[in-house]
Amino acid sequence: MTLGLINANPVVHAKKERVVRTEDSHTDDAVDPLEIYDFVRDIRDPEHPYSLEQLSVLSEESITVDEKLGRILITFTPTIQHCSMVTVIGLCLREKLKDHFPPHFKVDIKVAPGSHANEESVNKQLNDKERVSAALENPHLRQLVDECLYSSEL
Amino acid sequence: MNSADENFELREIQRLEGHTDRVWGVAWKPATGVNGVPAVLASCSGDKTVCIWEQSPATGSFQQKAVLEETHTRTVRSCMWSPSGKLLATASFDATTAIWEDVAGDFECISNLEGHENEVKSVSWNASGSLLATCGRDKSVWIWELLPHNEFDCVSVLQGHTQDVKMVQWHPSMDILFSCSYDNTIKVWAEDGDSDDWHCVQTLGESNSGHSSTIWALSFNTNGDKMVSCSDDLTVKVWGADIMRMHSGDGNVPWAHLCTLSGYHDRTIFSVHWSREGIIASGAADDAIRLFVESIDGLVGEPSYKLLLKKEKAHDMDVNAVQWGSTENSLLASASDDGTVKIWQLTSSS
Repeated sequence: MTLGLINANPVVHAKKERVVRTEDSHTDDAVDPLEIYDFVRDIRDPEHPYSLEQLSVLSEESITVDEKLGRILITFTPTIQHCSMVTVIGLCLREKLKDHFPPHFKVDIKVAPGSHANEESVNKQLNDKERVSAALENPHLRQLVDECLYSSEL
Repeated sequence: MNSADENFELREIQRLEGHTDRVWGVAWKPATGVNGVPAVLASCSGDKTVCIWEQSPATGSFQQKAVLEETHTRTVRSCMWSPSGKLLATASFDATTAIWEDVAGDFECISNLEGHENEVKSVSWNASGSLLATCGRDKSVWIWELLPHNEFDCVSVLQGHTQDVKMVQWHPSMDILFSCSYDNTIKVWAEDGDSDDWHCVQTLGESNSGHSSTIWALSFNTNGDKMVSCSDDLTVKVWGADIMRMHSGDGNVPWAHLCTLSGYHDRTIFSVHWSREGIIASGAADDAIRLFVESIDGLVGEPSYKLLLKKEKAHDMDVNAVQWGSTENSLLASASDDGTVKIWQLTSSS
C-alpha cells in the first residue's frame, strides 16, 4: 500500500437527484437495475471520502439486467488507468449486493472497456468466485470493504 | 449402455442439508456403497466444517454421521479419502491441510500439514496412499510422504505455475501428478528415478490446443489413458496418452489433446468427473449438471463425445463439484453454493 493516494485529485461530481421509490413500485421477483444502482451508488471509494457515484465510478448505466437469463452485469469506471483499488471496489459491490437477488441470479463485474491498463486480468480476478470468497475472508480486506460499505452518507 | 434408443435420466435421490455456507467439494469413501457396505460421503464447506454422511441400508437415505469442526479456521475447500478409506485429508483457506482418522465413529484430527503461504485449494492421494499432494494460491504444489505412525514429511515443493493452482490430481495407476491453474495451464509432474527429485515434465497450454482461461478441475478415466479438464473458457477438453508406454517405465510419455467440447456450457465449469463406466459428469456455474459419453458415431480413430443429458436447475445456485460413487449403484454426488449436497441416481429406460 503506497503512502500517498494513488489518485490524489479525483474529479468529484454532484450527486444525482434521487427519485423516491415507493414500496409497490416493483414486484418481489423483478430485478430492477435502478434499484440495484440505488443500493450501490453510495458505496464509499476505498481511497477518497466520496461515493462511487460522486467519482463517476458508477452511474445508472453501470447496471444491466437480463431477467430471462438471470444475469446482472455491473460495469464500473476506475478513476485512473492504473487504479490498484479495482479489486476492492469489486469486493464492495459483491458484498453489498449479496443476498439481494433471487439465488439463481449471476452477477458479473467488469471495468468499463478501455478504462484500465490491465483490463483483462482485472476482469478475470473480479469474477473468480474462489478468489473473491477467499479475499472476503481476509481480515484486512474485510475491514476495508466494511469501511466502504458502512461509512455514513456524505 | 450407449444404445441410441435408451433414455437416460438423472433422478434426485436426496438433498442433504446441514452446511451453513456454500459446499465446495464432495468425496465418496472408497470401498463403500458396494458389497453391502453402506455408502459414505464427505462434504466440505465455507462454514469451515466437513460433514460425513452415511447411507442407511434399511431406508437407502443418507444421514449425517459426523461433523468435523473446530479445526479449520477458514473455508474447507477440498477433501479426499485415502485409498484405504482410513484417512481423510481436508484442504483449507487457512493455509493448512488436516488429516483425520475415523476412531470408532469419532473423527480425530491426527495431523496438520503446514507450509503453504496462503489458501490451500486441493488435496489428492496417490493410488497407493503413500503420497499426498496439495496446491494453493501461492502458486506452488507440495508433495508429502506418509510415514509410519501417520507422520507426514514434505518431499518436494514444486514451483512452475505462474498463478493460483486450483487442483491437483494423481494419475490413477502411476505416481505422476497433474495440476491445473488460473494461469490457464495443466502441468504434469514426475519423479526423476527414485531421487525425490520431482519436476515438470509437460505443460499443456494454449499452444497444445489447451484452455484459454482458468482450469478448475481434471479427472481421469479408469484406464488412465485419458484425462478430462474443465475451464472458465466454457469448454471441457479430453486428453490422451499412450498408457502402454507409461506402464513400461517410460517417464516422459506426452499427453495430447483429443477433443474439445464447446457450445455446451455458457458459464464457468467448476468440476468434471469421469465414472468407471466412461460417463463424464460436469458441474457448472449455470446450476446445471451435464453428462457426456464417447460417441460411437465419430470417425474411426478420432474420439468424440456427445451430451448424454443436461440436468437444468440441478441446484438453486452454482454447482461446485460432481463425483461418481461406486459402480454398483450409479450414484452421483453434487455440491453447490446453495449450501446443499445432492445425491443422484443415473437410470435408463429403454
